[in-house]
Amino acid sequence: MMKELLNHHTSTIEVSIWRGRADGGYRTYTVPQRDSQTVLDVVTWVQRHADPTLSYRFACRVGMCGSCAMTVNGRPRWTCRTHTSKVVENGKLEIGPLANLPVIKDLACDMQAFFDKWQQAKGAFTPSKSRADPIQRISPATAPRMAADAGIECINCAVCFAACDTVRWNEDYLGPAALNRAWTLVNDVRDAGNAERLAAVAADGGCHACHSHQSCQEHCPKALNPTASIAGLKRRTMQAYIRGEL
Amino acid sequence: MNVRLYILQRATAAIMAPLVLAHLAIIYYATSKGLSAADILGRTRGSIGWAAYYGLFVVAASTHGAIGVRVVAAEWAGLRGQRLDLLMWGVGLGLVALGLRAVAAVVLP
Repeated sequence: MMKELLNHHTSTIEVSIWRGRADGGYRTYTVPQRDSQTVLDVVTWVQRHADPTLSYRFACRVGMCGSCAMTVNGRPRWTCRTHTSKVVENGKLEIGPLANLPVIKDLACDMQAFFDKWQQAKGAFTPSKSRADPIQRISPATAPRMAADAGIECINCAVCFAACDTVRWNEDYLGPAALNRAWTLVNDVRDAGNAERLAAVAADGGCHACHSHQSCQEHCPKALNPTASIAGLKRRTMQAYIRGEL
Repeated sequence: MNVRLYILQRATAAIMAPLVLAHLAIIYYATSKGLSAADILGRTRGSIGWAAYYGLFVVAASTHGAIGVRVVAAEWAGLRGQRLDLLMWGVGLGLVALGLRAVAAVVLP
């Protein structure tokens, strides 16, 4: 009886899902449509009822971890946060792995390049104090802290990376997430690594490769704005270069 | 694209903004006054002012265009390294040569 109460649909969805590696292809499955159904529910249904060999990633399934990011009808998004009622067109849906990253199998992509670029952009905190020093007081109302706070919620889901045209055209480009992370650390008054960080983001493939298309900002599931962070890096590197610090 | 090229692009753009506006005004003036080629050359020949103005314009435009073509070649043709540098310098110097030749044509006495 619960099943009838929860399901007002008698319809089905024709779901095309990428199978295989880069040389694979789309395979179509007929999936029952349900109320409040998410794209992740659809993928899970296929794996449980149609084809147990389907590979995909998820974890929290409640829009917190970013693991379930995939390409849905051509756009990168969190599948657990995408209702099928919002994206199904003419009873059809297309699901693929995230773009701009190599496909391992089906809907799982290789995130290594994304993480490598995070390191290349010097997106790791470099301490300036030891445990013997007093704790640094930082007012949340200061401009640098507000700039950092605007970007630190990034959970590195790679949706922005998949959405970015420049990432697609330029394999050297560090990408929006890595540069956004670098910007949060540039604004962290405790960090001691800004000389190396600014040099890293000022090089070829760094912040200056960004064309401000803002696909990152448009697709970020956490409503972050990597374009603004990158604009900040452009300003800081320009100032540093003019002062002879770069 | 790196910080040096980026600064050069912004600087040449900043230089060209007023030069372009003045250029449009000059064209409008010349055509509305119905100046002939002889009239124009009478004013530009031997003029250090016109030589400086359009000479600067040519250098700025050539630099800006060369860097722009560099970015396009890197993103759409995947060019890198020495080939990319050669293309950029080729376009830049080529435009400078053509441009200064044109300026010389109207300012040399």
